[in-house]
Amino acid sequence: MPLSFLFAVLLLLSIVGYQLGRNRAVATVDGKISRLHSVPSYYGFYVALWAGLPAFLITILWLVLQGSIVDALVMNSLPAAMTNVSAQELTLLRADVQNLAAGVGASRTPDPSMLNAAAYYLELRSIARWAMTGLAVVIALLALSAARTRIKPALRARNQVERTVNVFLILCSLVAIMTTIGIVMSLLFEALRFFGRVSLFDFLTGLQWSPQTAMRSDQTGAVGAFGAVPLFLGTMLIAVIAMLVAVPVGLMSAIYMSEYAPLRVRSTVKPLLEILAGIPTVVYGFFAALTMAPFIRDVGLALGLSVSSESALAAGLVMGIMIIPFVSSLADDVINAVPQSLRDGSYGLGATKSETIRQVILPAALPGVVGGVLLGFSRAIGETMIVVMAAGLSANLTINPLQAVTTVTVQIASLIKGDQEFDSPKTLSVFGLGLVLFFVTLCLNLVALRVVQKYREKYD
Amino acid sequence: MSVQLRSQINEASGRAPARSATVPVKIAAENVNVYYGPKHALKAINLMIGEKQVTALIGPSGCGKSTFLRCLNRMNDTIGICRVEGLITLDRENIYDKSIDVVQLRARVGMVFQKPNPFPKSIFDNIVYGPRIHGLATTRDELDEIVQISLERAGLWSEVKDRLREPGTGLSGGQQQRLCIARAIAVSPEVILMDEPCSALDPIATAHIEELIDELRENYTIVIVTHNMQQAARVSQRTAFFHLGEMVEIGDTEEIFTNPRDERTQGYITGRYG
Repeated sequence: MPLSFLFAVLLLLSIVGYQLGRNRAVATVDGKISRLHSVPSYYGFYVALWAGLPAFLITILWLVLQGSIVDALVMNSLPAAMTNVSAQELTLLRADVQNLAAGVGASRTPDPSMLNAAAYYLELRSIARWAMTGLAVVIALLALSAARTRIKPALRARNQVERTVNVFLILCSLVAIMTTIGIVMSLLFEALRFFGRVSLFDFLTGLQWSPQTAMRSDQTGAVGAFGAVPLFLGTMLIAVIAMLVAVPVGLMSAIYMSEYAPLRVRSTVKPLLEILAGIPTVVYGFFAALTMAPFIRDVGLALGLSVSSESALAAGLVMGIMIIPFVSSLADDVINAVPQSLRDGSYGLGATKSETIRQVILPAALPGVVGGVLLGFSRAIGETMIVVMAAGLSANLTINPLQAVTTVTVQIASLIKGDQEFDSPKTLSVFGLGLVLFFVTLCLNLVALRVVQKYREKYD
Repeated sequence: MSVQLRSQINEASGRAPARSATVPVKIAAENVNVYYGPKHALKAINLMIGEKQVTALIGPSGCGKSTFLRCLNRMNDTIGICRVEGLITLDRENIYDKSIDVVQLRARVGMVFQKPNPFPKSIFDNIVYGPRIHGLATTRDELDEIVQISLERAGLWSEVKDRLREPGTGLSGGQQQRLCIARAIAVSPEVILMDEPCSALDPIATAHIEELIDELRENYTIVIVTHNMQQAARVSQRTAFFHLGEMVEIGDTEEIFTNPRDERTQGYITGRYG
């Protein structure tokens, strides 16, 4: 019996439980609902929860434990000569039995005892499945009838249902938090493995980055160098170019939108600007690589400059365009949050519009704008697709925007794609880079959020 | 009340204001109509404001008194859907004429708002904001002098003279409002418009501001909108009563409060509605 069928049955029982509970609650007071502690539907939910939840939890628990118990029983059924081996071979043996049971080829010619074990495995599994289904349904029915008999006018059904909902909500938010903690932990532990092979100091201060290491110890030549400074510098270079585009353009357009634009213009142009935010970064990426980079190279050639075909300038400019709507919508928000009374005060003293904007609105909105810029900067640092396509792979130590540079994200993407062994410094360096990236963007975001929050407190 | 009688009152107040014999007219409004989109907010207002006098505009909420006030320095220009018709003159000059620079006008007609709205700058910078914009002072000494005189006139100097560099938003509500008055005075206006300047203040701060208004009358023409009839009676020489977008009655304050001609005025000041 498939699992989804069991869950459908439990759901059905819950719905039946709701009706039964509700009807019974009404019947206990002869239809005089005001004598009940809670509204009738809460008695319905009370019975429904009892019918569904315990059985559901038992099923989950069963599924978690079933695998290892069945495995242990099957392995015990095999002759001692076969199981008396190292842990690794035992794992292989278990996999073979499971493959046999599933009808997939095993790694050795099966002997009769293994065939028996496979049959036993199948048998155990089907028994377990039926037992689980039966147990779950029985528990659901028992809990349903028990909950139904407990319904009395004085039963505090509402409080109990609300408490259950409360617990459910807490669990949901825990999922997000735990996932974040898990990601950080795995990043941290893998990074520690990397820093066991390459010292942290060399990583943070080394000027050379060439992660290709020798496959065998007798090979010459390719000795890995893990100095990440060229990557940090490349990332910063591109991010700064991006901000040089995004901040002035974003801020000016925000000022125009919130202070000058007539309502009609604002209501058409603002959504248009926000379309920019909806373009996938891949599309920006090939725009940068196929349109912007050749254009910049041609212009450079015409001016007699040597421009490499993948330049930091092309990637940075396009990234800046990508961040414009981000900066402008945040700046628009904070400029709109400056109270109208300040504008009135300034106009009332005979100030013109531009004087009011320069001397009253911008100073008042500055902290919020700075927060928005920092958030945009942390996005620029973490952006991957555009730089993968347009910035190049060579780790040049340069601040010349016309040359190809590489960034932290580009290296992570190129080192980890395809099949990789996960014990070489080359692959592990990804975690070191990821950790640094995570740390920097986290700090930027924390500072930015604090600044924005401080600003909000001032006017709310 | 009949339409005829009302027009007589309008005529009486508009063409021949009660005390105009002794006080020259500073601002005159003739047949002013204001529309917010399709809404007719002010209907054919005729009103004269005497020089170096306090004129109070009273009336129930939404009667148009604030709208009228904002017409006098063209603050309504900042509201897109607002349309003003009719003639408003300041020293016999039409302020809605194309040749009038609204920046100049607002330097001559200052405004104090309902809620204290100091800029998020230091007390000093709040005061010198206007003078700097209009180029009234350039040297440090001139600015210092303007700050001191303005704060003294606003009765705030002794309280803040040691902390001029601290933010104006850190003052108490009453002090903030006096700072806003000082800020308006700093531009040396001829008229000061006050839009319910005490409605956000406690009674002590209110008393302070009222005293101040009485002193300012020596040098400035003041128009004050207020909900508080006692306040109108205390600080003003002339009072105009607005109702549903019309100016019902204007006269000497004492006259209006003791012997109103219109029964709507009577009803309002005795608290029957409003």
